[in-house]
Amino acid sequence: MIQVEHVVKWIQLTHQKIVATKDKLTELDQAIGDGDHGINLARGLDAAIQNLSPDESKEDLGEVFQKIGMALIAKVGGASGALYGSAFVHMAKVCKGKKLISLAELAQVIEAGAMGIKARGRAEVGDKTMLDIWQPLADYLNEHIEKVSWEKVQQFLFEQMEKTKELVAKKGRAAFLESRSIGHLDPGAVSSTYLFIALCETLDRGE
Amino acid sequence: MKKLINHPDYVVQEMIEGMALAHPQIIRKLNDTNILVRTDLNNAKVALVSGGGSGHEPAHGGFVGTGMLDAAVAGEVFTSPTPDQILEAIKAVDRGKGVLLIIKNYSGDVMNFEMAMELAEAEGILVEKVVVDDDVAVKNSTYTVGRRGIAGTIFVHKIAGALAEQGASLDEVKQIADRVILQTKSMGMALSSCIIPAVGKPGFELPEDEMEMGMGIHGEPGIERKKVVSADEVASVLVSHLQKEMPLAANDRVAVMVNGLGATPMMELYIVSRKVSQLLQESKIQVHRTFVGEYMTSLEMAGCSVTFLKLDNVLAELLDQPAQTIAW
Repeated sequence: MIQVEHVVKWIQLTHQKIVATKDKLTELDQAIGDGDHGINLARGLDAAIQNLSPDESKEDLGEVFQKIGMALIAKVGGASGALYGSAFVHMAKVCKGKKLISLAELAQVIEAGAMGIKARGRAEVGDKTMLDIWQPLADYLNEHIEKVSWEKVQQFLFEQMEKTKELVAKKGRAAFLESRSIGHLDPGAVSSTYLFIALCETLDRGE
Repeated sequence: MKKLINHPDYVVQEMIEGMALAHPQIIRKLNDTNILVRTDLNNAKVALVSGGGSGHEPAHGGFVGTGMLDAAVAGEVFTSPTPDQILEAIKAVDRGKGVLLIIKNYSGDVMNFEMAMELAEAEGILVEKVVVDDDVAVKNSTYTVGRRGIAGTIFVHKIAGALAEQGASLDEVKQIADRVILQTKSMGMALSSCIIPAVGKPGFELPEDEMEMGMGIHGEPGIERKKVVSADEVASVLVSHLQKEMPLAANDRVAVMVNGLGATPMMELYIVSRKVSQLLQESKIQVHRTFVGEYMTSLEMAGCSVTFLKLDNVLAELLDQPAQTIAW
């Protein structure tokens, strides 16, 4: 089961990972974007953590996801703020009033996040965006819900991330590069991978 | 990195404060935001709100004032402003006649402005949007993000702003803005890169003897990287690309903008402008007005862009209306 304290730990761990890899994300983004993805995301995650109530027991998952989403929308900026923010706001909707969710529900929550990204960015799977992590992960969890190995999920995430290298960017500033975007990882897919690696580590420890 | 700043984290805020302190007759800063609004908000008219990432000054704050924008929202450097800030701007300038958002076509800007639009509509404010995509260096495709918005955006601010000032409805102002967008084409080129203060190093490298044709205002790639050629040749290439996209016949009338990207001396801009004027003269195209200077920059990037706006009588008359802003 997943509850509010897991989500708080998850976001804290994500923040640590993004801060630690800020320079790498910046470099990736300089190759096909404008080089500020790591900086902006670290700032937004920090704001999201500050925003969370110190007394976790008072809030349900819906409220927590909503707070995280709004902080990301307001503090990350750019396309990634709108997309991550929309993902979390959509996740909040399916968790409304729930204090805890099952693993099967988690797959639905991530699916809802993917829907949020799709709707806001008008993106499809294969456009070389963060959606190329979110949607496959939702599908993978749906298929393996009976018995999830978090180690295998991490492996799956890294494989998906690597796959974005070969894609042609269709959205965002990277799209202006057209075929020249091939050979570069998508920075949004990389940060989403770290986000979910943090989730795997949180849940692996917690169970 | 050698920059005249205090701290990379405060460049946007301190710039906005500086603009407001320097020009209190024209603009003021909304408390706790990076929004500039015009001081003269008495006229009950359609309000125009634009904005985008910072680093393109004088755009967009420099075009806030009577006859142009009502508010400009500044995001972080090269990063779209956020929906909450855009919503604040909309609320600050709405006088009940509706608000037109003028957005440059970048994924981040479009998403954030659209989110703000949804929030404003939920609060009962009438909002419309136009998306500027004047950069012909990018292929136009409905399957991807399409073309970028660059210096031609300023013509949209000017003409839509003039019509709004005359008391036109939101629909009319949106329509004229769309007409300007359709008739505005731009293309740029860069001689050197630029440094985002928080990143501290150049976004890309251009060797000493190379330039990039068609480069975007955030250093996005253009059409071709090649050895540096003369100003006349650069002007000719840019004009020929613009003409290909928007064929101009003898006696057509245009407004021309030769825009510096931040580190190009006026001397060089006028040398480019000279050739552009000559080429148009040779084709017997009437130049209604030529604007030379910095309108939409890219931090300390060296280079320029050329914009053509094809005019009719209505557009020409609105273009010539007075405006009181920092940079028009």
